[in-house]
Amino acid sequence: MSRLNPVNKKARKVEQMIVAANGDVEALQKKSKANPGRIYYPMGCTLNFTPGWEIDNSGGTAGLCQPVERDLFDCYLGCGWPAQVPDHLNNAPDWTDKCAAATNDWRKVDIVFP
Amino acid sequence: MSTIAEVTSSMAYRPAEAHPFRAADAEFLYLVPSGAIFRMEGLGKDVVELVRQRPMMRSDIVEYFSSRGYGLADIEETIDELDQAEVLTSGLSKPPAPVVPLQSFPLQRVVLNVTNQCNLACTYCYEYSADRIAQQDGKPKYMSADIAESAVEMLIKESAGREGLHVTFFGGETLLNFPVMRSTVEYATRRVAELGKRIEFSLTTNATLLTEEIVNFLSEYRIGVTVSIDGDQELNDKMRVFHDGRGSYNVIAPKIQNLLKKHRTNSIGARVTLTSQVSDVKKIYRHLTTELGFDSVGFSPATASPDRLYHIGAQKMDNILDSFAELAMEYRDYAVEGRQHGFTNVSDTLKELNSGVSKAYPCGAGVGLLGVGTAGDVSLCHRFVDAPVGKMGHVKNGGVDHEARGEFLATHHIGARYDCHTCWARPVCSGGCFHEAYIHYGKTSAANLHYCDWIRGWNDLCLQILGEISVRNPAFLERFEN
Repeated sequence: MSRLNPVNKKARKVEQMIVAANGDVEALQKKSKANPGRIYYPMGCTLNFTPGWEIDNSGGTAGLCQPVERDLFDCYLGCGWPAQVPDHLNNAPDWTDKCAAATNDWRKVDIVFP
Repeated sequence: MSTIAEVTSSMAYRPAEAHPFRAADAEFLYLVPSGAIFRMEGLGKDVVELVRQRPMMRSDIVEYFSSRGYGLADIEETIDELDQAEVLTSGLSKPPAPVVPLQSFPLQRVVLNVTNQCNLACTYCYEYSADRIAQQDGKPKYMSADIAESAVEMLIKESAGREGLHVTFFGGETLLNFPVMRSTVEYATRRVAELGKRIEFSLTTNATLLTEEIVNFLSEYRIGVTVSIDGDQELNDKMRVFHDGRGSYNVIAPKIQNLLKKHRTNSIGARVTLTSQVSDVKKIYRHLTTELGFDSVGFSPATASPDRLYHIGAQKMDNILDSFAELAMEYRDYAVEGRQHGFTNVSDTLKELNSGVSKAYPCGAGVGLLGVGTAGDVSLCHRFVDAPVGKMGHVKNGGVDHEARGEFLATHHIGARYDCHTCWARPVCSGGCFHEAYIHYGKTSAANLHYCDWIRGWNDLCLQILGEISVRNPAFLERFEN
């Protein structure tokens, strides 16, 4: 927010409310407050976009992107792993057209229902 | 779901309710009633200034700025942000916020009037002057230890889950009943420890009765002290006199210096009451801090109906505000250099503005705080002890009267003070003191119209100070963060 500079605590709360309402997930772009110098690694994010790391930081999948196909996307795209993703060749060629960079646009990976 | 842009493209934007102010060459907005403060810059500032001149449709705003070279996305985002922050309003009516009636609120503090007697006869005292409302016939002169302890039990009972409690000792002259104060402090400390809570104490005194024993006790139990004093000998002795007319300054000055030297475990503040004859704020502050050694001084115009000789008229109030402003500028200068200044009227106001309070009630009376009289009658606050209004029960017979309390809170909410509903200062003022309202207008729920100009003037000044500190030394504001 560069046009409104919060001066007091209430204004900072308003700012947080706006950011939350706009659904702006800053996630990996933020610095960690709890561990200075390290990346802010929120609960529910896989740190890696490479296959074999499809668990969240508590060891399960409940905190991952939903549906889990969004998490498996890079397994398929980056590594060619034939994961359970829509058929990019014939039946759902437009499936990932809106996803230019997975780290930013993973939400735009379409869900395809057969 | 439609975006903001789609829904509001047909509505005209205008600035939402706010109080603009300037400080350190920057523009600020104090949003009302949220109490949020923003520094306005760049496109955000320009959009607000544009619609301040006349309301404009969203498409017109976009066209105005895009024709001046701003990017479309930039303009749209700016408008959305200003809309969401409620800096702009498009006239789309929001559903009315549900009013949650304040049913009960855990008590945090009781103020015990341990005596209604005083060894001074200060002319302006609201307890003894012609404006007094307390009806003391039939009430004991001194609170018994038993009543005081019942008051402590009432506080504990009504505090629910609160961990931090507070007992303030008041009067009359509090130290006339030091024995009960002492036994109550010891009792409360013991009881609260049993329950795993914390407790703090404070008292207000005229300092005439301070002894070595009392000072040691205050220090041992970390009791906060407010000393009522009006300045140097000349100014103090105009109003603060013994019953024979003799001034009290020469008695209290050495005792105060001793107290300040020996009692270091809690704050000791001076409280000055201003009247038509005692109003030189800077001179008083200088004397109390440099000559006597107080770290903090708070000033308050005397509560007085217009008939009283010491009443401060409107013209004099303006002069006093100028006088406050002069001392406040000194506070500002210190703050910018990171130094503490003892003018507590400023620090108290800055704390509220920095927090961004939006108060439903002007103070804690009836909400987190209740007063208790010598006979054990519970009241709104210490100023309503034994008064015909503001009765809230009895420490032994029935405890807090929740029905009376609920009724009071429902009828004294800022929403009920109709005169206030368009004033920009209402988030911090909330209509002002109930006691002042009762003295001036005969009703506790009346808005204190006699000091509206003062309140707006003072808060505008403090906003400017806050703005300037936020630009020139923002780290200073961290002290208000807790």
